[in-house]
Amino acid sequence: MVEEKKGVKWIFLKFAHFGTLAIFAFFASLPFLWMLITTFKQDADLYNRANNPFIFNMAPTLSHIEYLFTETQFVQWLINTAFVGVLVVAITLVLAIPAGYSLVRLGGRWGEAIGIGIFLTYLIAPTILFIPMSRVVATVGLQDSLWSLVLVFPSFTIPFAIWLLMGFFKAIPPDLEEAAMIDGYSRFGAFIRMVLPISTSGILTVVIFSFTLVVQEYIYTLTFVTAASKYTVSVGVPTFLVHGDVYNWGGLMAGCLIASLPIAIVYNFFVDRFIGGLTMGAVKG
Amino acid sequence: MAKVETQGLEKYFGEVKAVDGVDIASREGEFLVLLGPSGCGKTTLLRMIAGLEKPSAGDILIGGEAVTHLPPRARGVAMVFQSYALYPHMTIYKNIAFPLKAVSMPKDDIDRKVRWAASMFGIERLLRRKPRELSGGERQRVALARALVREPNVFLLDEPLSNLDAKLRTSAREELHRFQKDVEITTIYVTHDQIEAMGMGDRIAVMNQGKVHQLGSPKEVYSDPSDTFVAGFLGSPPMNLIKTEDRIIGFRPECFLPRELLGGSGDLESFTVEVSRVEDLGSDRLVYGRLEKRFGHHQVVANLPTSFTHYSIETGGTYDFAVPRKDVKFFDVESGLRAEPIPL
Repeated sequence: MVEEKKGVKWIFLKFAHFGTLAIFAFFASLPFLWMLITTFKQDADLYNRANNPFIFNMAPTLSHIEYLFTETQFVQWLINTAFVGVLVVAITLVLAIPAGYSLVRLGGRWGEAIGIGIFLTYLIAPTILFIPMSRVVATVGLQDSLWSLVLVFPSFTIPFAIWLLMGFFKAIPPDLEEAAMIDGYSRFGAFIRMVLPISTSGILTVVIFSFTLVVQEYIYTLTFVTAASKYTVSVGVPTFLVHGDVYNWGGLMAGCLIASLPIAIVYNFFVDRFIGGLTMGAVKG
Repeated sequence: MAKVETQGLEKYFGEVKAVDGVDIASREGEFLVLLGPSGCGKTTLLRMIAGLEKPSAGDILIGGEAVTHLPPRARGVAMVFQSYALYPHMTIYKNIAFPLKAVSMPKDDIDRKVRWAASMFGIERLLRRKPRELSGGERQRVALARALVREPNVFLLDEPLSNLDAKLRTSAREELHRFQKDVEITTIYVTHDQIEAMGMGDRIAVMNQGKVHQLGSPKEVYSDPSDTFVAGFLGSPPMNLIKTEDRIIGFRPECFLPRELLGGSGDLESFTVEVSRVEDLGSDRLVYGRLEKRFGHHQVVANLPTSFTHYSIETGGTYDFAVPRKDVKFFDVESGLRAEPIPL
């Protein structure tokens, strides 16, 4: 009897566990599912309100993807996004890693306060900053150039990255660096050989986050870049696939899907480390 | 092998004086223990010798050479941390090889030395593992092997046994002591555990509030304490310290026995004790009680070894106790320092 009771309870708990997970998974993946279906749906199928929106009522089509690649500069936008993204991530890492480390280990009593101060700058919305920023961009003569984005984007990726990395560096016992310093290295040598390899998950978190922030950025790109050939995906797709009040939903969704796939794939490779990184940052930061 | 010497060493953390004018000098190949309660400055002193903390004043000499302003890597010291500080992303082999790589030693020599150091501690079979796969005792050996591998002039050990369980600690203590005697490298060992200090140290520096109160052999600091702090810190239970008008008098609980057990042997100081509690610990019997009125009914404790089990002591009874005169120590009431004996 006891065993049977246990069994029923066990089944119920498993059911509740996986049921809850399934609801969350469905909720989280619904936008992607919608994006995927709409990308391959014929317009006639999409716009007929009598049709079930979750299935293909008519044969799937590649026409939206074809339109995106042949009638717009989508490939160029992808290249631009990748170009800006890679450079911004590199600049972010080069500046945020030493900054985060110094604030944690060498900042003394003020380190934490300065770290929070830096993070607060991240909270100032680009909608406020783009006007002064456009003056800066004009002064350095980078109007209508992708380099203006390379210059401006780190202003929001770096504060966030410093804050995130501070959480990671704080979690590394100082003993390790001190041991390395006694074992024959300078502080910089200990940092390179000891701190960086241990912080891989933190650095990876910064890479993914910064790249995602770059890919979804809209307002600076819209302000600083005018030529269509210099757009990033986040500006190019809505600009060229929305004509007045006519939305090319299939094309829009195809653009979003393709742009988000690389990040989704990278994210899935490192999901464990990424979550470890986020929670560590959350607890220790 | 090298002597380590500190001259007027001080360290402030803000307003707090962590180390207060420490002058100590080790002998060559000596096992010197820094012993004291938590927060007494012993670890700060060790970290200054290692070069991990900058002294506020004073000098540090290793092998006769001033190293006060040298970085840790240039001092020829090796340190074992309380946490062992094994590099978590490296195998044990790479952990031990790490200090050798820092001096760009040829690969073959590194391999030979890593295997030699590992064999010293019997950890050859662990070389391919990562630190997280090791037990506490194994980690401690790896940390020691890593410290040994580049044959430093001085070993600095910061409570290396405190993370081990009680049983392992006893064997590790013996192993560590034997190892130090084999390699004959000057060792400075920080601990708050007096059993470790008494058992391993050639000499012990007893510290409190940033100062060294006494530096001497285990026997000296135990039997001949220089002040009331050392007397009260060492021993379990510690020395009985009784304040009188002219002196503080001190005697060890194991020297404080019922008068009839001491027989007529020599010169004795007698006390009357009203027993309040008796603890039978198996190997010893602790007798707690109060002295007579002329000593202000001061609390005392006596430690009777098992050989006196036949002697019965009842709670509430009054007994004559005595201490051999030579075992009574006298301290100054004001300074707490040792003072001339006076008749009681």
